[in-house]
Amino acid sequence: MPDTSYIHAFGAYVPDRVVTNAELASQLACTPEWIESASGIRERRWAGDETVADLATAAARDCLQRAGIEAAQLGLLIVASGSGERRFPGPASTVAAALGLNATPVIDLPIASAGSIFGLSLASRLVGSYGEILVIAAEKMSTVVHGAALDQNTAILFGDGAGAALVSTRPGRFEVLDSVLHTNGECREDLALNWGSPLHMNGPVVIRHASRNLPAGIDEVLKRQNIRAADVVQFVMHQANQNLITRVAKALGVDASRMFSNIAKYGNTSSASMLIAAAEWEPSPGPVVFAGFGAGFNWGALVARSVR
Amino acid sequence: MRDRLLKVLQKVTGQPLNIGDEDSLFESGVLDSFALPDLASGLEEEFSFKVPDADLNPRKFDSIARIEAYLSEHAKV
Repeated sequence: MPDTSYIHAFGAYVPDRVVTNAELASQLACTPEWIESASGIRERRWAGDETVADLATAAARDCLQRAGIEAAQLGLLIVASGSGERRFPGPASTVAAALGLNATPVIDLPIASAGSIFGLSLASRLVGSYGEILVIAAEKMSTVVHGAALDQNTAILFGDGAGAALVSTRPGRFEVLDSVLHTNGECREDLALNWGSPLHMNGPVVIRHASRNLPAGIDEVLKRQNIRAADVVQFVMHQANQNLITRVAKALGVDASRMFSNIAKYGNTSSASMLIAAAEWEPSPGPVVFAGFGAGFNWGALVARSVR
Repeated sequence: MRDRLLKVLQKVTGQPLNIGDEDSLFESGVLDSFALPDLASGLEEEFSFKVPDADLNPRKFDSIARIEAYLSEHAKV
């Protein structure tokens, strides 16, 4: 790592409207119990008129407040989203304007699901050049769900929301130790969203690769730091599906209770989920791991040390 | 081959199989999207071959008869 970087704070925002399994089940010819057993999800939030940038801005403000800094102090803004409303510019420019920034560089990462871990890893390696970096991931997956006739396998999963993290060279809450990122473009068509088309998800292939690559990525970064999975105090991953989270724990040989999960409340909010989870997370001192996997296929893992 | 296939299927599902050869394993709830990759891994190990991503499709593994047909075509049995 070229510079020691720290994660100072997380932030999150989810819309007010709660969509229960019972509400969805009535539209999907299934039962609320089946939705929960297939995904671990009990409810999710769906935005109304709010845009991806609106969600992102709210999470950004929450994170800046928790970190105790002003937007004007930011040196770089990274916004991940796979559900932005237009081709360009992406939501990052709108978020910057909403935060009152008119010269601070912004980067859009059009990376669903793994967008948070990509943003966090990149930020941890760029802080030496840009100073305070705000990473945001925001998704309005309800527009994806409603973009076509409701499909049972995807409609049950997704929710809307945004998460954020402030990364800096100033010593703070989590010292970043290392991170790895990977992409396998051979699988790009197995999870894809084209303009004007419904979400395409080849579930078994996604699950096969996620079940292998998430533990492999985590194992890779832990080995580089000579840390055993058993010594990690807690893992926070992309909240894709509770069954997948449990699988990863099993593959790593750790108890499922080590995997922080809030998917029951918010569903799969794609790239936003890992940072939304981190904003509700209060790990004990010691090594912690962030990880994500998604369309691309992109995946990665970051190990940090919780210092209090 | 059949006994080895049933052994793999039972290990993946974790329960005794009470289903006809032509019955849908997915519609009956024996398999789902999470169990299919496990079934593929189990078959790969038992029959020493690879199930490519392109074949990881519920239709190809939707009944005991279909799995037998798939193994006859692709595996060393």
